[in-house]
Amino acid sequence: MRLLADETKVASLIQDLAKAIAGDVGKAPPSEPWALVGIRSRGDIIASRLAKLLPTQAFDGRVGSLDITLYRDDLSEIGPQPVVRTTDIPFDIDGLNIVLVDDVLMSGRSVRAALQSLMDLGRPKRVWLSVLVDRGGRELPIAPEHVALDMSDQNLSRQELVEVRLMPADDRDALLIHKADEPEGGRQ
Amino acid sequence: MTAPAPGSGTGPATGIPPAPGHVANKDRSTAPSGTEGGGEYRWPHKHLLSLEELSVQDIRFLLATARGFEDVSTRSVKKVPALRGKVVVNLFFEDSTRTRASFSLAASRLSADILDFAAAGSSISKGETLADTARNIEAMGVDAIVCRHHLSGAAHQLAGAVKCSIINAGDGQHEHPTQGLLDIYTICRRLGRDTYDLSGVTVAIVGDIAHSRVARSNMHGLLKLGAHVILVGPTTLLPASFADMGCELSNDFDKALPRADVINMLRIQFERIHSQAFPSVREYAHFFGLTAERMKLAKPGVTVMHPGPVNRGLEIESAVADGPNSAILAQVANGLAVRMAVLYLVTHAPSSNDTKA
Repeated sequence: MRLLADETKVASLIQDLAKAIAGDVGKAPPSEPWALVGIRSRGDIIASRLAKLLPTQAFDGRVGSLDITLYRDDLSEIGPQPVVRTTDIPFDIDGLNIVLVDDVLMSGRSVRAALQSLMDLGRPKRVWLSVLVDRGGRELPIAPEHVALDMSDQNLSRQELVEVRLMPADDRDALLIHKADEPEGGRQ
Repeated sequence: MTAPAPGSGTGPATGIPPAPGHVANKDRSTAPSGTEGGGEYRWPHKHLLSLEELSVQDIRFLLATARGFEDVSTRSVKKVPALRGKVVVNLFFEDSTRTRASFSLAASRLSADILDFAAAGSSISKGETLADTARNIEAMGVDAIVCRHHLSGAAHQLAGAVKCSIINAGDGQHEHPTQGLLDIYTICRRLGRDTYDLSGVTVAIVGDIAHSRVARSNMHGLLKLGAHVILVGPTTLLPASFADMGCELSNDFDKALPRADVINMLRIQFERIHSQAFPSVREYAHFFGLTAERMKLAKPGVTVMHPGPVNRGLEIESAVADGPNSAILAQVANGLAVRMAVLYLVTHAPSSNDTKA
């Protein structure tokens, strides 16, 4: 297990991401309202932290979280069972510009599921994809607009897992990389 | 003892606390807290036959999953693709309106295809056995059969005869697991028990306990989650053996009522009562009917439930059934979420060696 970023570095990565997003939503005319939607169960935490760092114009603090379990295409894979959680988007997404937030982008399958789920909730005007880490390994034609830490040129193998830990879901903020078969020391 | 606050039905939408075990792009979330073994939990049951055979962990996981399904019914597109391409069959040998409709709607919200088999007018009336009927339906390539039958144990028999998942939608006087689950889910939501722990909660189940599969399923589930269960009814409809399971038995509704946080009124099942269990309907209503007058004895925030169909004026008065304490319609709405969770979990359960080919 290797530490890629500690608490301070994670905070500055989230600030970088906020800056990149602000560049885009800043370009949108004020008449175009936008919202943050995070993918459970870490993207939603990042989204709520981003909300405090972004300009309020045409935003109004709209933050939602999306559960994509029911839209996944790998439900039959062996492993601990994903819990179906609530999707909590307390606003109408029709006509909104959506900033879709996730922690780590790899295959792109979560994002595909999230997009389908969003389309079932309404018709957003456009969707940006913002991720904390792009670790490469895409299996679908999906590209992020905003990336805080780009590792896609490092040719990480499938066994190397990039993991984001964030409070309050975890006991601390950190960005880690570890082998899939490595014992998960330090995790509570 | 926690008295439920009125209006606590709209509990916080926190669901379950986040769990450890998150690996990026692999496993988005893991088992809820209160489940042993942390993130390694997997729903193990290919069939849902009874609550008796479920563990505490199974019940909590299922209810937590139902919570996630609740919001599907409130969105503009009331459909998720979780069971796309799967076929669910309703095989009902006994009359049912709401259970059948609820299962059909739950399956269609999960994007499954639904096939309805009614016993009347089918080959069952021509003398085909239950197992043969099920095998023939299965040969058409179905993934789950929802079965209701007038004989206790029918669902177990089917589970042994076919390879697909069997969901018991009521078998004779044995169990009605999805009704039990939705009753328990309704209680947890109403009392704000987000971890699905019912310690310190007293539930009175009133009426025809002997013939009620709803009572049996409720009993098993409630006791496992830590609730205190009082069974109330005339001695003729109150089997003494239930005391051995840990239930309290009572013939005096007026004495049990003030202690209850939840009252579950059962329907008098005239179709199953063959002996003279009570002298007259009027006498039964007098002693065991939940009237507005009797409600004055209850805790102010008590939750009143009924599995339906309601015999108004017999086991429950209209003023109570439609009153502020009633959770009867919430039960129906919650039934949909619970049945979606059941269909989703059993069809995604790992298949054991001797079953799925």
